[in-house]
Amino acid sequence: MRDIRPAVLALEDGRIFRGRAFGSCGGRAGGVGEMAEGELVFNTAMTGYQEIITDPSYRGQMVIMTYPHIGNYGVTPADEESRGAWAEAFIVKELCRDYSNHRAGGDLDSYLKERGVPCVEGIDTRALTRHIREAGALKAVLSSCGEDEAALVARAKASPGLDGRDLVRDVTCGAAHTFGKKKGWPLCVAYDLGAKRNIFEQLAERFDLEIVPASESAESVLARGPRAVFLSNGPGDPAALGYIVENVKKLLGRVPVTGICLGHQILGQALGGKTFKLKFGHHGANHPVQDAETRRVAITSQNHSFALDPASLPEGVAVTHASLNDHTCEGLRSNDPKVFSVQYHPEACPGPHDARELFDEFYGFCVG
Amino acid sequence: MPKRADIRKIMVIGAGPIVIGQACEFDYSGTQACKALREEGYEVVLVNSNPATIMTDPETVGATYVEPVTAEVAGKILEKERPDALLPTMGGQTGLNTAVELAESGELDRLGVELIGAKLPAIRCAEDRELFKKAMGEIGLNVPRSRTVNSVEEGRRAAADVGFPMILRPAFTLGGSGGAVAWREAEFEGLLAWALSESPTSQVLLEESALGWKEFELEVMRDLADNCSVICSIENFDPMGVHTGDSITVAPAQTLSDVEYQAMRDAAVAIIRKIGVECGGSNIQFALYPRDGRMIVIEMNPRVSRSSALASKATGFPIAKIAAKLAVGLTLDEIPNDITRKTPASFEPAIDYVVTKFPRFTFEKFPETPAVLDTQMRSVGEVMSIGRTFRESLMKALRSLEIDRYGLADPEPAAWAAMGEGEREAALEEALRVPGPDRIWQVARAIREGWPRGRIHEASKIDPWFLAHIEELIALEAETGAPDLLKNRERMRLLKENGFSDREIAAAQEAAAPGTTERAVREARWRMAVRPVFKQVDTCAAEFEAHTPYLYSTYEQEDEAPPTGKGKVIILGGGPNRIGQGLEFDYCCVHGVMALSTAGYESIMVNCNPETVSTDYDTSDRLYFEPLTLEDTLEIISRERPKGVIVQFGGQTPLKLALGLQEAGVPILGTSPQSIDLTEDREQFSRLIEELGLAQPPSGTATDTPSALEIAESIGYPVLVRPSYVLGGRAMQIVFDADDLETYMREAVRASAERPVLIDRFLDGAIEVDVDAVADGERVIIAGVMEHIEEAGVHSGDSACSLPPYSLSGEIVDELKRQTRILAEKIEVKGLMNVQFAIHNGRAYVIEVNPRASRTVPYVSKVVGIPFAKVAARVMAGERLADLGVREDASLRHFGVKEAVFPFKKFPGVDVLLGPEMKSTGEVMGMAPDFPTAFLKAQQGAGEVVPTGGRAFVSVRDEDKGAMLPIARALAGMGFEIVATEGTRAALVQNGISASLVHKVIDGERPHIVDRMEGGEIDFVLNTTAGKQSRRDSYSIRRTALLRNIFYCTTIAAGQAAAGAMRSLREGGTPVRSLQDYHSG
Repeated sequence: MRDIRPAVLALEDGRIFRGRAFGSCGGRAGGVGEMAEGELVFNTAMTGYQEIITDPSYRGQMVIMTYPHIGNYGVTPADEESRGAWAEAFIVKELCRDYSNHRAGGDLDSYLKERGVPCVEGIDTRALTRHIREAGALKAVLSSCGEDEAALVARAKASPGLDGRDLVRDVTCGAAHTFGKKKGWPLCVAYDLGAKRNIFEQLAERFDLEIVPASESAESVLARGPRAVFLSNGPGDPAALGYIVENVKKLLGRVPVTGICLGHQILGQALGGKTFKLKFGHHGANHPVQDAETRRVAITSQNHSFALDPASLPEGVAVTHASLNDHTCEGLRSNDPKVFSVQYHPEACPGPHDARELFDEFYGFCVG
Repeated sequence: MPKRADIRKIMVIGAGPIVIGQACEFDYSGTQACKALREEGYEVVLVNSNPATIMTDPETVGATYVEPVTAEVAGKILEKERPDALLPTMGGQTGLNTAVELAESGELDRLGVELIGAKLPAIRCAEDRELFKKAMGEIGLNVPRSRTVNSVEEGRRAAADVGFPMILRPAFTLGGSGGAVAWREAEFEGLLAWALSESPTSQVLLEESALGWKEFELEVMRDLADNCSVICSIENFDPMGVHTGDSITVAPAQTLSDVEYQAMRDAAVAIIRKIGVECGGSNIQFALYPRDGRMIVIEMNPRVSRSSALASKATGFPIAKIAAKLAVGLTLDEIPNDITRKTPASFEPAIDYVVTKFPRFTFEKFPETPAVLDTQMRSVGEVMSIGRTFRESLMKALRSLEIDRYGLADPEPAAWAAMGEGEREAALEEALRVPGPDRIWQVARAIREGWPRGRIHEASKIDPWFLAHIEELIALEAETGAPDLLKNRERMRLLKENGFSDREIAAAQEAAAPGTTERAVREARWRMAVRPVFKQVDTCAAEFEAHTPYLYSTYEQEDEAPPTGKGKVIILGGGPNRIGQGLEFDYCCVHGVMALSTAGYESIMVNCNPETVSTDYDTSDRLYFEPLTLEDTLEIISRERPKGVIVQFGGQTPLKLALGLQEAGVPILGTSPQSIDLTEDREQFSRLIEELGLAQPPSGTATDTPSALEIAESIGYPVLVRPSYVLGGRAMQIVFDADDLETYMREAVRASAERPVLIDRFLDGAIEVDVDAVADGERVIIAGVMEHIEEAGVHSGDSACSLPPYSLSGEIVDELKRQTRILAEKIEVKGLMNVQFAIHNGRAYVIEVNPRASRTVPYVSKVVGIPFAKVAARVMAGERLADLGVREDASLRHFGVKEAVFPFKKFPGVDVLLGPEMKSTGEVMGMAPDFPTAFLKAQQGAGEVVPTGGRAFVSVRDEDKGAMLPIARALAGMGFEIVATEGTRAALVQNGISASLVHKVIDGERPHIVDRMEGGEIDFVLNTTAGKQSRRDSYSIRRTALLRNIFYCTTIAAGQAAAGAMRSLREGGTPVRSLQDYHSG
């Protein structure tokens, strides 16, 4: 049998789940353990763990995978959504060490170890998921250091969670840069708020793409002469990003602004809307989204803990898409100012490609 | 979109009898579809010849036609019922083919009937290999290199382009019938000729072999607004080369990255759009080359399928029900998800467990056929299991199979150990390379022998991911024998989490501590509180609250489905379908559930067969999808604490558990396990028959060859021999002399004191009769008296029979009823009972008594118009027959004839001759005011082409020569030209019936009878045989008749009935009439 180091997941409400450590907190029993804290979130996608781990939107969160076998097909650089792994911790029923897939370049455990992600397996992830479904997003601590469980619970309670936190600054790029320069194509300036690589890949297939950090001023963006501005996905509480919202306000009416996920929430706020926290969010690859106009349903990839309150949006801004699961706002659009954004992830990765054509709509909306 | 208001009445075509490749999954799908359409307010008309289905219950739809599923008959029903639309996608390949025929003949247009769900061009494009290939090319998807051919000549030329090995796929067939792998040129032409003859359009696809590639299936749905969802992905454990119906499969796909999965999903959505299945579900198969991920499309089924039933059970998403609603114009977003209630059906299920499907084979029934798996389906049933890991799921599947294996332990350890090392290595290499029904146990052997994973993969092509998990199980195997296991909670828990059964643990413990029983392991485990918890199948991986208690066990931390405090009854189901135990028993279970719910109980169903209605989460109040073993059922019973458990509906499966359950203190409802045991124990039973003054064929019980010979000598040959405790006449034979008996004792059975062999005098020429009854301890009600059409010696499950009897006198029938009554009283039957009699020289002999639901219950219920299984369930729950208002109705104004359907075509080299060992997979029923017409309908329903003229071949054994004459005279009277072999011809001519001579095959002169049959010159065959030699001689006749679809009879009784049927067909054929009409008076 493998040499197993125990790990404890302590929730702020006192619930304790015990499992076996792996990833960066794995290793030999009795060695030095590690500790992580964050807000628990479950993801129901059955494939795409590597994309999830490397999605910067998970900064501040501990990700529970509801599918019990994780790691089956190994890892490959091709499936990375960013340069690092961002989830605070990774929680699974069973880690698969004997992966099998021609694309794989290594195993998940080593990958997580190298990227410093503390992980735990052997958890009744369904019980944990049900608990979060009922109790809502909870703060927790994962530890393989062998401390007193009561102390861990206290620490979970004291941890900052997501509310009111600007986590974008941890994950945004350091400096402006181009992304696959396409001379002669219309320019899109994209705010990197913790973007997934595939969003930029999709934009770069249609635009000459320049990427700027979250703190980039509106003036500097406008000075680049963009035909479109894009606001990416990203982590944390959208209400804590006033500095970005302010910049976006200045862009409104000057240039068409589009956004995805956090970008959609920022855009909504710039329009005067408010965000609120969902009980346990939408995290998965099977979310039905209906286009209000065509009534067509796309099965989408989603990853958000907050949502935009459509009632708070000013007149003239249309809610273009809605979730069929809970009827929350999944998209907005207005012609004056010219804005268009969606809450879900049309770039997929992981998840269905049903909504990929949305990037064409972005293009048409901004340029056409 | 709202549902269509321009449609009022819809016809649904059922799948007909259970055959290999088309089993009770179509009852599950069809029943769901019918219910869904009614729920939406439509009138539904159904045609299905299979009486054992829930869909043909008179309550399911408004007008039920238990009539042959043919275009001709369906046309008559359309004419009579005038529906607005036809739903062709619920009846498997049979339903689809029938609808295509109706559409192509212009019949649908003429009657103004619209095809809904799938239009003709879409069906054609999906089913026609050439069109499909072209369509795939147009959307940029790869298909295997292939050529379509219509003759052997064409095939010879095309073979060079495709190359060997090559797969042969006949068009428009089900279950891959006629399909094969040609490894080299030498065998190619023979296989092609067969494949061409199997295809109704004489079209065969020669296809590049993707043998050894990874195989996947996606279940995709589309609505009229063009919204598409993929419901489930399935990965085959057995790679390409084994029919997916014969493969172990796992859901969801395990070894695909998101990139690959999404590419496959994109392809599936593109395919359903391109083919033009405008709404409903389709199943699409893909192969993936493991080294570089190249993906090819194998095929698509534009209808619900075996896989869609599996996907529905695996995810909780009812594909057929939703497909039916989509067909009437609703869109996915308008249909609620039943399980979550709050979210819509337009989503893709997320699952948080692993599902394993394992096929159930019956090669032992067809010893002439090698137990090798290829592209033609041969399994007769399947089990599904759910676990939180693949290992747990797999181990649960293995013990669900009911093949006396409870895990991966070596099935024959002694024989294996006795082999030399070199011998073992060679045997393994072969067993891994050539897939057979027990390959997974061979994989386990190879791991125990220390074969590296790469080598096992190289030989078997099974993905290393699966192999790694089996390696882990084998590594844990050593723990099962650990000396402190029964006291070591942690170790025990680890084993249980990995799916090890108490039974296998007990076997391993026994080696060190003799006498360690399964019970001891269970008690130790319970003492240490190592118990499973139960979790829900909810379509959404716990994201939303689920309202349907569809449960599975797992060794995890949280139990999320505590039992309710209601009064409840548990019904144990029938497990996997197999020959001898199929749909009929599931029908009884479902009726039991319905009756108990009506009576106010919480009904709890336990079963592991994904094809069934009983495992629809909609059927019972609570469904446990679990193996039917003592261990698994006791875990459920001990938590639920029901008023009682019903074991008499699910066939042998729950009966085998009855004594064990009772021993564990479980209340068994209905007839006591002791009474059941009494009827199974020959000696006790003989005494009882004697006490009651009834007759029984002389018999004895032998534990070895000398005693068998002695008994046979004293009671006289021929004798009927069989092992005790058998199902479906397994290993049952008629033995004519001492030599044969010795061979039987030596080869067929390994008799012992624990497993004795029963020897009965065989009553030659007797008529067999089945009697079904229901009793409550006060009264006995005879449900039906069924006269067999084949003579005694043919297993009752294989024999056609008639209700009411067509030739027995009223006195005999009354006597049989009287005997049944006193037997029921003596045995203290509470619930259902079946008695088999043989009438020999005017005297009734009791052959056997089964104090449980028999396979005739649904048939009898439908002919008589009383749901006897429901009645029995109420009786078992404590009600009185008198209070239930059930009366015995002596007068039937119609006949119902049941006919068996056989899988012989799937098993090359197998003789089609019927005997005491059951070989049929399914049955059909024909109903009519007179016996000949009912028999005719039954034959047509079974797929026979009943001729009305032409040339009849008659060849009978000497004893039958007299009885044959009236048949021949009738045939001649209808204008048949009679040809006969020498002896038969002499008898005919002597009696003034003209007949020409035809050569026997062994005469050596050509053309002989088989040549003439192959030349299409023979339309009817009557061939009876006696003794081994004559049977062998006539084997090729029967086999040819089978392959050429020539109507044939192997008994005089069947010949008589056949002649009557032909006359009935000549006199105006077969009017159609609904069950509701028959029973409305």
